[in-house]
Amino acid sequence: MTSTESLIDRRQLAYIASQAADARLNVELETEGMTLNIGPQHPATHGTLRIIAHLDGEQVVWAEPSCGYMHRGYEKLTEVRTYPQVTSLVNRIDWLGSFANEVPFILAAEKLMGIEAPPRAQWIRTILFELSRIANVSLFLGDLGVQLGAVTPVFMAFRDREHVLNLIEGTTGGRFHPNFDRIGGLKDDLPAGFIDETRAVMKTLRNFCTEMEDLLFGNEIFQSRTRGIGVIPKDIAMQYGLSGANLRASGVDWDLRRDQSLPMAWDKVDWKVWTHPDGDSFARCWIRLQEVRESTLIVDQLLDNIPSGPVMAKVPRIIKVPEGEAWVSTENPLGEMGYYVVSKGDLGPFRTKIRSASFNNISIVPWILKGVYVPDIITILASLYFILGDIDR
Amino acid sequence: MSSTDTPIAEIPGDTLRERIVDDLRTHIGADLVDSLVKPGDDVWVRVSTDAWRRAGVALRDMGFEYFCFLSAIDWMPSPFGKGEDDPTAPPPERDDTVRQGYAGGATRMQVLARLVHPTLHVGVNIKCDVPDAEPVVESWVSVFAGANWHEREAHEMFGIGFAGHPDLRNMYLPTEFEGHPLRKDFPLLARMVKPWPGIVDVEPMPGGSADEEGDAE
Repeated sequence: MTSTESLIDRRQLAYIASQAADARLNVELETEGMTLNIGPQHPATHGTLRIIAHLDGEQVVWAEPSCGYMHRGYEKLTEVRTYPQVTSLVNRIDWLGSFANEVPFILAAEKLMGIEAPPRAQWIRTILFELSRIANVSLFLGDLGVQLGAVTPVFMAFRDREHVLNLIEGTTGGRFHPNFDRIGGLKDDLPAGFIDETRAVMKTLRNFCTEMEDLLFGNEIFQSRTRGIGVIPKDIAMQYGLSGANLRASGVDWDLRRDQSLPMAWDKVDWKVWTHPDGDSFARCWIRLQEVRESTLIVDQLLDNIPSGPVMAKVPRIIKVPEGEAWVSTENPLGEMGYYVVSKGDLGPFRTKIRSASFNNISIVPWILKGVYVPDIITILASLYFILGDIDR
Repeated sequence: MSSTDTPIAEIPGDTLRERIVDDLRTHIGADLVDSLVKPGDDVWVRVSTDAWRRAGVALRDMGFEYFCFLSAIDWMPSPFGKGEDDPTAPPPERDDTVRQGYAGGATRMQVLARLVHPTLHVGVNIKCDVPDAEPVVESWVSVFAGANWHEREAHEMFGIGFAGHPDLRNMYLPTEFEGHPLRKDFPLLARMVKPWPGIVDVEPMPGGSADEEGDAE
């Protein structure tokens, strides 16, 4: 052994020894990580969703939502109700856009019975559907600000949503739970003065959208906290069955109002489906803002030429739905909401599978939260947008 | 793939649905047990239990990449009816034959899922029988990641096992909960305690006749 070789040896040994010392030190100082419980009651969870996040420093190692704090068993309850009674249950699934929950169920029952609502009822249904969307998503826009520490937007959202709720209340009698849709049509016609008042409100809501665009979406803090955060690629979004604005924000051009034929009035008006290629939190919020504005334009066009005629088709007093199975889904404020109704020719459904949008939208949370930083948990959850009743049903 | 020159997007709905069934048959062969194309409505297919996962893979490869939902149906008529009976009276005679729905079936329990083609905007309802003795089917989690929660829900609500699922914990109910609430033989306790008076809630309006049509409440 030459002296040079032994020198290299000694250096190598010293290096290995120092590495070993470092490793020992790391083992001694290693922390176990931290488990952070968000919720069940937390402003970011809009109700009672609990997120268990396991942290390594500031980063999430894994996160797991824990549902069921609001499970009401609607699928079981529909089995002991008659068809007309079910609407009062499904109203409470997504409670911010209640009327929109009734529509797909009623359409499924009508499909099985082979009847269709008269044109006027279809138009009013579409108008109320879009009003529900406006009421729902405008509150989302306000809430979004709160999650990021801006308090003003939420006051503006509540202020302007009130006008829409007044319209819904004026027509249906209920602010939150209209229970207005009937098999074969609607409970009642529009009240006097509805058209003029709605036009004025739609203008207010468009101003609200512009206000939000300037105040929130143009804000540098908002952009830096949402751009590039929580990116969902297209194929992942499809696999998890994401729908609504979450899917369109990932660049999928798909809107159930346009892409299927339903006895509703969306195909009678001219409107646009917004998509965004980025798939990040900003894209999801931005799409929703555009959709509120688009909805106000849809309502405006629908108001222009509501057909005259009855709002109720001829249906028997006691509704028996023929045997069969039907699937109807619509583009609800939160995404695709569908009912798989199995009928045995009885007064009530034999089985109803309620496919709610938030359940699928939130099932991506363990995937999307992996590796994000703690403050981003809140913005990602806010931008995915869920209603607790819509997850737990 | 059937050989036609028409671009697939231009084929009218029902022909397209029939073609989907044919395409699926070329993929999984005799494991496609039954199918139903309802004109102007939808398509139902039933695959054999062993081919459940394979059918999911085949449909995904055919372009049905959008996972809509997965659930189950218990076809047994409820032994409790709609819970509207007088609990003190002897229980009425009830038809207890198990009759399956579209695309047939042989077992009490069936798994049901829906996949959608994102560009053709056409969906497929896919069913498979769940063996009565050992209610287990293959898991779809490795095919559609979104099936994870849906299978957990079906597991706790119907007691159906999903072989290959990473974590079949309860989603809604407490861990120690006994029974599977959406099975028909699971009683709705609220109805057992107090019978529901509202099963026939339609009363004739004052002055109106009972068989009058036109206004459904």
